[in-house]
Amino acid sequence: MAAAPKNFKIWSWTISSPEIDWRIGKFEFRRDLTIKKGLDLQGGTQLVLKAETENIPEADRAAAMESARAVISRRVDLYGISESVVQTSRVGDEYRMIVELPGVTDSQQALQLLGQTAEMEFREVDPNKPVTSSATDSGRALAEEVMAMIPTGLTGKDLERAQVEFDQESGQPVVGLVFTPEGKEKFSQITKRNIGKRVGIFLDQQPLTAPVVQTPIVDGRAIISGGFTTPEAKQLVVNLNAGALPVGLAPVAQTQVGATLGEESVGASVKAGLVGLGAVALFMILVYRKLGLIADAALIIYGLITLAIYKLIPITLSLPGIAGFLLSIGMATDANILIFERTKEELRRGLKLRAAVEAGFGRAWDSIKDANAATLLTAFILYNPFDWKFLNTSGLVRGFALTLTIGILISLFTGIVVSRTLIRMFYVNNEVRSKK
Amino acid sequence: MRQINFIKYIPFYFGLSAIVIGVGLAALAIWGLRPAVDFVGGSLIQIRIEEREGTGGKEGPGVTEGSVREALAEVDVDAHSVQSAGENGFVIRTKSTDSDLEQKVKDKLAEKLGETTIERYETVGPTLGRELLIKTLVAILIASGGILIYVAYRFGGSKYGICADLAMIHDSLVLVGSFAVFGKLLGIEVDTLFVTAVLTILSFSVHDTIVVYDRIRENLRRFPEMKYDEVVNLSINETLGRSINNSLTIIFMLTALLVLGGETIKPFILALLVGTITGTYSSTFTAAPLLVIWERWENRRKKAKR
Repeated sequence: MAAAPKNFKIWSWTISSPEIDWRIGKFEFRRDLTIKKGLDLQGGTQLVLKAETENIPEADRAAAMESARAVISRRVDLYGISESVVQTSRVGDEYRMIVELPGVTDSQQALQLLGQTAEMEFREVDPNKPVTSSATDSGRALAEEVMAMIPTGLTGKDLERAQVEFDQESGQPVVGLVFTPEGKEKFSQITKRNIGKRVGIFLDQQPLTAPVVQTPIVDGRAIISGGFTTPEAKQLVVNLNAGALPVGLAPVAQTQVGATLGEESVGASVKAGLVGLGAVALFMILVYRKLGLIADAALIIYGLITLAIYKLIPITLSLPGIAGFLLSIGMATDANILIFERTKEELRRGLKLRAAVEAGFGRAWDSIKDANAATLLTAFILYNPFDWKFLNTSGLVRGFALTLTIGILISLFTGIVVSRTLIRMFYVNNEVRSKK
Repeated sequence: MRQINFIKYIPFYFGLSAIVIGVGLAALAIWGLRPAVDFVGGSLIQIRIEEREGTGGKEGPGVTEGSVREALAEVDVDAHSVQSAGENGFVIRTKSTDSDLEQKVKDKLAEKLGETTIERYETVGPTLGRELLIKTLVAILIASGGILIYVAYRFGGSKYGICADLAMIHDSLVLVGSFAVFGKLLGIEVDTLFVTAVLTILSFSVHDTIVVYDRIRENLRRFPEMKYDEVVNLSINETLGRSINNSLTIIFMLTALLVLGGETIKPFILALLVGTITGTYSSTFTAAPLLVIWERWENRRKKAKR
């Protein structure tokens, strides 16, 4: 294999994303025309996680996966990762979750983000085992007391939301809790029966803080002040809001692409595309002269329509997707080549130009139709639109299949409708006129 | 226009195909394919090292594949291949899927050789690989079955469907065989995208074959008095120009991608390129001659019955 190009800016072109920015008087029309880039082009992490469903009854597994998906999505969103994808899939008896995190290039960080569970729980002193400690007791006695606490039934499920707040006196960050109506009722009961005693707030079985209840709290609000730093408080809020995962997840595969590599790939692909396109265009002109020029015009229209459709759907372009697009350009010219060769033949048989062109289009259509049907069939299998379990659902393969399919469909349109119109307008009419 | 008698040289075409496929299959039997981590499980790490003065190790200045391998051996990372990829770039492949692998590699290389950035990191558990292999075979079976039925239906005879499929099998054998050779000589691996390439090539092969068959179908109607051999020969003559021109446009595109395009998909592009060439060859020199052989064989059987 050849070594990677060191620098893709050979022509010192800066390839910036196109943008529509029109202003007519007060009227503004602005659209960003960037094509969405896949993980392999912009950098990011993809994780495939296997769900540990052994302890979940068969019938509940699909539902558990769905709520796990929701929890993961929420966590990812809370971290501000845009355009992330969280999907579940089932292979045989195994449930999987596929998580794509654009921009996250540290897989450890990504795994931590997904793997963290935060089950919050309020605990109280066991009324059957009278307490000895008070607010002034030593740390050790306090710890013993806290560890002996029993659950109150108030958990993270009763939480409506958690948020970072700042203590008005000390300015310290604290975590404010707002309970659901049900949680509010539970909390007021707990505080009523524990006045003057400690109530423990536990996170994942670990005590976080154990304040002494001063007065009953009936408005459904509580504050955890644990001497947090602001990032710590934020982290806790994220974990509390996201809730616990209903099913354990273990990574089975991960792919991670750095942003630089992605950038280089984009540059390299654009360069390769331009060179390839230029070679094809030149070849068509050399072989088919004026007709080749028309085919090139059709090809440019083809390229523009395709890019517009990518933007419209929108399609996330990956490296194989770009290959599919460029391959379809090569295939798009096929319709024209078939038609032109046919036209040449009809001319040789003695048909007049206009009739030869029409016959060329008509006769070539049969083989174009059958030939492309076979390619579309393969692209269908590669894309696997119905998620058939016996076929692959790899994102990279799908990207390729999708761009190939779109390419074929549009190339049929431009190769036949567009180039026929162009030929009628510029070629046949001119030739006929010049012969007069 | 003067016609070339292509039919006369059928033994030559089949001989050439037999040699190419024979060599490929031999390579496959001896060396096998080099499966990528997608199939067998393991990790792929692509790194870039900002070299520090005098860290090249025994082999003098400059970070080399050898010095990377040496450094990795110190942390018990058994890299079964270390390949150079661009300036100061290396691709490391190992069977290990440890969760601390990435950190271990990064730390060790930074300590021994220089500032190391991880550009790509892939790890796949072994169960996923087997599954992918089975799915691939299923996809190929469905694709070739579907194409066989479609071609047989459109051309009104199983003869066309089966011959188109045989040409397809010819192309995939050439492709798989050549990757056994590339794997041995160039260290190119076979991954999920290779599978995609095989399927794409199946469709390209049949695409090209259909154009030839379509012409045969048309000429059979136009010249009912002509012998089958002659019709096939005429059709090959008439479609060869188009077939070559079309393939050339695709070859231009793929060559540009191979030389200039993204590093990670180069094996994929290479597979498509090999497939395009063999696909073009097979539609004219395998698929069409097969029809002639089939027809002759059928005639002989009819005569024998009488």
